[in-house]
Amino acid sequence: MTTPSRSAITVTGLRRSFGDHVVLDGIDLNVPSGTVFSLLGANGAGKTTMVKILSTLIGADGGSARVAGHDVAAEPDAVRAAIGVTGQFSAVDNLLTGYENLTLMADLHHLGRAAGRQRASALLEQFDLVEAGRKPAATYSGGMRRRLDLAMTLVGSPQVIFLDEPTTGLDPRSRRSMWQIVRELVAGGVTIFLTTQYLEEADQLADRIAVLDHGKIVAEGTPDELKRRIPGGHVLLRFTDSRELESATRVIGQASRDSDALALRVPHDGSLRSLKALLDRLDAGAVEVDSLSVDTPDLDDVFLALTGKPKNEKVTTP
Amino acid sequence: MSTASYALTDSATMIRRNLKRMVRYPSMTVMLMVMPIVFLLLFVFVFGGTLGAGIGGAAAGRAEYVNYVTPAIILMTITSAIQGTSISVAMDMTEGIVDRFRTMAIARVSVLTGHVVGSLIQTLLSITAVIGVALLVGFRPSAGVGDWFATAGVLLLMTFAFIWLAAALGLASKSVESSSNVGLPLVLLPFLGSGFVPTDSMPTALRWFAEYQPFTPLIETLRGLLMGTPIGNNAAIALGWCVVIGFGGYLWSKKLFNRESTR
Repeated sequence: MTTPSRSAITVTGLRRSFGDHVVLDGIDLNVPSGTVFSLLGANGAGKTTMVKILSTLIGADGGSARVAGHDVAAEPDAVRAAIGVTGQFSAVDNLLTGYENLTLMADLHHLGRAAGRQRASALLEQFDLVEAGRKPAATYSGGMRRRLDLAMTLVGSPQVIFLDEPTTGLDPRSRRSMWQIVRELVAGGVTIFLTTQYLEEADQLADRIAVLDHGKIVAEGTPDELKRRIPGGHVLLRFTDSRELESATRVIGQASRDSDALALRVPHDGSLRSLKALLDRLDAGAVEVDSLSVDTPDLDDVFLALTGKPKNEKVTTP
Repeated sequence: MSTASYALTDSATMIRRNLKRMVRYPSMTVMLMVMPIVFLLLFVFVFGGTLGAGIGGAAAGRAEYVNYVTPAIILMTITSAIQGTSISVAMDMTEGIVDRFRTMAIARVSVLTGHVVGSLIQTLLSITAVIGVALLVGFRPSAGVGDWFATAGVLLLMTFAFIWLAAALGLASKSVESSSNVGLPLVLLPFLGSGFVPTDSMPTALRWFAEYQPFTPLIETLRGLLMGTPIGNNAAIALGWCVVIGFGGYLWSKKLFNRESTR
């Protein structure tokens, strides 16, 4: 039934306001089945509102959205049966143990007693919560709570999973283990709709990224496509004295120079060949370079360039 | 898949969840049970001698007053227990798990029925404890087996009705703190009725209010069943109030629960 090209989420002209405040202003997107889609945006950009509409928690003012082949407004129950949601706020029952939280989900998915218990135990194992499974969730650390939260989302084997800022507030180790879990899920064929304010996270996980800013999608593409949109890669050369800086400037020509810091910023496309050419020229000119660093644009540059209200210098300087 | 067909299984699941929560967090159950018992002892041993003499003549005193006040204390057990319902519903709404339930293909009402039936069980336990203590301190009902069954039925109906109202109040309150106050008027209402003293001893305006507010017929019905005092049309009025309060509370709760999540 599932074809690889099938669309898991299709959104057309989606709008939503809270009072006078327009949160989503005509959003269009398409997420193919079995991929990770990341919605990137600053706090208050409308990411959570988007997830709430797609997961049937709230309605839209205009436009339409289909999730797993069903319209969110017309067939909310069919959508609910196909999705799993791990929100920004932990959605576990603090008074129940980890195991009880999972069996609660199993019961609500009508898995049957034996199958439900089996699923709960398997998930505890998969998420490294076997020890903790007997303790109330109130005693869990932030990372454990998120893992339990996600495990609860997986009890019903959803086709489409919404992860709303799944690693916000986690320490680096927990964040990495969360990423690993997401990668395993994708390998299993589910579609993931991930919102995050961490660019590294989108870069690590997503097949496609959309940047949401003030209720509009300002850019969409693969992480590489987005990075390519921002010219700004350069090699930074540092020198021990101004004489070397002088001769380097003469040798290289086209570069911006910072005399106070004794540094030279040379535009660079990121390829090894042009780096080698640069080094050869410095060698030929017998210039003594103290240190060298290559700076390729990352998603942070893209993000700041696309969402920064005052136009960022990096975009205006070619 | 029809979610309606799962309403019963989902409700049973949610009831188990709420009972587990009560066992894990027993201080509320205990507090809600102790409060009416304290009031019972206070009214019987502190005020009982004088009030009893006022109601039944100097010879009657405290022994008479236990019999008079116990039905009111039983009703108070319900009104104080349902504050627990409001608080636990409001508390649940502030936690993410309810949003999780809303994104699942389950019978939505089961979230509320879990709370309502859980509270019902909790309240019936409290009522049993209160009646037990009342019997220990001299409550001597004249009820026969049939009357006791009727009493149980009436109490069940009253509790059920008030719990739906409390669930709605819990959903309507903006925070857990405010939810603990919304039920307070309900605790005070039995005092402004025939619960603790007969209404004909009150000033005119208050007496008028006391006679027409819902708690008076509820108390009179209980008192009639337990003590054999005349019930008259109080039973019918009491049932009417229960249906109005319960059904109104149910509809209100449902409406509030289905409104958009505002978190």
